[in-house]
Amino acid sequence: MDQLDIARWQFGITTVYHFIFVPITIGLSVLVAILETAYVRTGKEHYKRATKFWGKLFLINFALGVATGIVQEFQFGMAWSDYSRYVGDIFGAPLAIEGLLAFFLESTFLGLWIFGWDKLPKAIHAACMWAASIGTVLSAYFILAANSWMQHPVGYRINAETGRAELVDFPAVLTNSTTLVTFPHVVLAAFMTGAALMIGVAAWHLARGRHADVMRPSLKLGAWFLLVASIGVVISGDAQAKIMTEQQPMKMAAAEALYDTVAPASFSVFTIGSLDGRDEVFSIRVPRLLSYLATGRWDGEVEGINDVQRDSEAAYGPGDYRPVVPVTYWSFRLMIGFGLLALAVSAALLVFLRRPRPWLWKVAVWAIPLPILANSFGWIFTEMGRQPWVVHGLLRTADGVSPNVPAATIATSLTVFTLLYGALAVVEFGLMAKYAKAGPDEAAAPDDAERPVAFAY
Amino acid sequence: MELTTVWFLLIAVLWTGYFFLEGFDFGVGMLLPILGRDDTERRVLINTIGPVWDGNEVWLLVAGGATFAAFPEWYATLFSGFYLPLLIILVALIVRGVAFEYRGKRASARWKRAWDVGIVAGSFVPALLWGVAFANIVRGVPIDARAEYTGTFFTLLNPYALLGGLATLTLFGLHGTVFVALKTHGEIRERARSLAVRVAAATIVIGAAFLLWTQVTVGKPVTWATVVGAAVALVATVVAIRAGREGWAFLASGAAIVLAVVTLFTALFPNVMPSTTADTYSLTTTNASSTPYTLEIMTWVAAIFTPLVVLYQSWSYWVFRKRIGTADIPVA
Ligand code: HDD
Ligand code: HEM
Ligand code: HEM
Repeated sequence: MDQLDIARWQFGITTVYHFIFVPITIGLSVLVAILETAYVRTGKEHYKRATKFWGKLFLINFALGVATGIVQEFQFGMAWSDYSRYVGDIFGAPLAIEGLLAFFLESTFLGLWIFGWDKLPKAIHAACMWAASIGTVLSAYFILAANSWMQHPVGYRINAETGRAELVDFPAVLTNSTTLVTFPHVVLAAFMTGAALMIGVAAWHLARGRHADVMRPSLKLGAWFLLVASIGVVISGDAQAKIMTEQQPMKMAAAEALYDTVAPASFSVFTIGSLDGRDEVFSIRVPRLLSYLATGRWDGEVEGINDVQRDSEAAYGPGDYRPVVPVTYWSFRLMIGFGLLALAVSAALLVFLRRPRPWLWKVAVWAIPLPILANSFGWIFTEMGRQPWVVHGLLRTADGVSPNVPAATIATSLTVFTLLYGALAVVEFGLMAKYAKAGPDEAAAPDDAERPVAFAY
Repeated sequence: MELTTVWFLLIAVLWTGYFFLEGFDFGVGMLLPILGRDDTERRVLINTIGPVWDGNEVWLLVAGGATFAAFPEWYATLFSGFYLPLLIILVALIVRGVAFEYRGKRASARWKRAWDVGIVAGSFVPALLWGVAFANIVRGVPIDARAEYTGTFFTLLNPYALLGGLATLTLFGLHGTVFVALKTHGEIRERARSLAVRVAAATIVIGAAFLLWTQVTVGKPVTWATVVGAAVALVATVVAIRAGREGWAFLASGAAIVLAVVTLFTALFPNVMPSTTADTYSLTTTNASSTPYTLEIMTWVAAIFTPLVVLYQSWSYWVFRKRIGTADIPVA
């Protein structure tokens, strides 16, 4: 592996890892805020216990989201310095704004929430979780605006003297059409992730007949949340597909492994074969579906890889403009597949909730990882499908890497991060399982009021 | 004033805020086993910074993001050049953050001891390395015509920079000890007060040596004022702590940090990263900056939101203003 490959593996591994915790944070924070609001409004004790229980799981997860996020902030400069020089004028702004608007909000109000249980009035305490939750969504917006600019650069010009991108229209960057469709898709996918975790843990307890007073409302809330969010994800994903086909036709062609332009185009649910356009052995196809996904018309024309490659050579000069097709093909399907499975689970839960069957609980527990997997594959698809570009049409990934950092140095950090992240994953998983299985505390400790300070550490 | 100068100032403010705030929580972390003799005492110490350390750390993230936005060349050269020290800092910050959150999540004594090691090392390492990094920035490092750092890891370990590392280490240690004296009562408070006097002695010697070296090599006439001010603040810390005025002592040790950082940034200006290879290769506030349009937008954002952040962070410090002690720790 050369320096570029190592740097790419490092970015991919650290970012996908960060994005395991991020959606859980975004999703659970809003669910916890809803439960605490229910407690404030009704005064019912089981809502308070639910809030504390899910809050504990939320915090165990949050710790790793923060820890891995610090790496994100600095790794552009470390391993991708030429990229940073090229885009800094534009890309730095949303990143800095994310810190100022979102991270301060999250960290300060979570500190107040954790330690403020008996120092703040109930309603203010609940408002602290809402503030943190709004912080997570703001954070998603600004980072996605930054990422969307790489998918579809807008509001910039190239400085002829320095050869770098410069910002000319900031509102255009914030209202990039790509951002506007990506933001709901990713945030709703994050809501799915938090909801699936809630459903799975609640079902585990209900199957054992424990804590029904806390777990039944949680299960219901989670199931509704998951259902609505999944439907939203499908709708926004469909909108994204159309924008993507317009802006990055190669990505859509690679998502289907479609080599030659056709109209109408069918969507293959899966394919056995080599995906290089030659020997397809077997595939199951839905006629015209790809046409609809890509263009919004059932008979729309979808460009093939070979044709986009030809156009790209004409536009950008000779070169290979094709991403790794098997990766884009399968990651796209796995994203959709895992997501639809999660949707099906929530629907089944809501249908059978009156007369629950043992299998239903099992299925619900196994639904926990589904949105996490769909998220990871979604990002792998989006980012790998953009290759060889790091900024679509402007800067190649190969030209973004730090020229003065030796391969051995990046290999060192890659090893360190992988080992550290691996160890932390084991610890976090152990704690999550421990606290999830322990269930909520029984009725609130009576001495709560006498204690001067409530400690979480 | 030029916008590039405004942003140099703002970034200096962000780093100053970071060192003032995270300085004391680094100090508390480093001295955990010295100030806290048993598990209950350690929990008291951790809980003095519990509600605020994450918010303090965000000052670093915003300083990093603001550097990227306002001076992309500085961001790129600095972080690719100082790759390995930064990696070590990142690992330390990761372990430390997780340790605070996970330490109390299992009852086993071995589990807690292991995370205590993480807290101590995770606080010690960045407290040392930030000083090394800033001393190198001020002193200058080899940078070529393409703004790329051409030195190695060991270029950064020169005597001046190592002294800078010791200076931040002792300063943060002092600031943290004073903070503990301010936020606790009982035995821990007494222990912190007597430790603070001893740490202050070391800080005065090392800090004075570092600041004088800075003054002699890269200082400007005006930085004499901040160097002397920092020394006075350190002495004032000792006087106040002896008099049992921990609030004043904390302001004084904080002032020492602020004045030290101001000294470094004033010495640096108008460079942001001087090159020892050739003067013309130095990165400056003008040749490393973003376009005026970007700076203008960022200025608006900063002007509107920074006061808001300061407001609610102050509120959170106000909510947790009470001293705590071992009696406040519920039995696990
Ligand atoms: C700079 C903005 C940026 C942002 C906000 C993201 N990415 Fe990205 N991504 C890149 C910038 C980038 C990149 C610098 O362009 C990479 C690095 C190497 C590469 O090939 O593209 C990349 C690659 C990359 C890869 C590996 C692809 C490859 O090696 O070809 C994955 C799996 C992801 N990203 C995933 C993510 C995830 C999960 C993100 C959200 C949390 C994310 N990206 C946000
Ligand atoms: C690759 C670009 C990214 C960078 C540079 C980045 C940076 C960071 C940083 C520095 C933190 C720690 C903040 C703290 O201490 O509180 C963080 C956490 C977080 N990030 Fe990212 N991030 C990236 C991708 C994303 C994306 C795409 C999203 C959302 C869609 C996101 C959402 C969050 C959230 C919600 C947190 C809160 C902490 C947690 O997850 O538990 N991040 N990020
Ligand atoms: C029918 C269902 C879905 C469709 C049609 C769909 C469509 C898409 C498309 C077209 C993209 C790429 C956008 C681009 O690169 O420009 C994308 C990305 C993504 N998807 Fe989906 N998706 C679906 C379901 C899901 C589900 C269920 C999840 C997670 C729970 C998910 C999570 C993501 C994520 C995290 C990304 C990467 C970020 C982004 O570019 O938005 N998707 N999706």
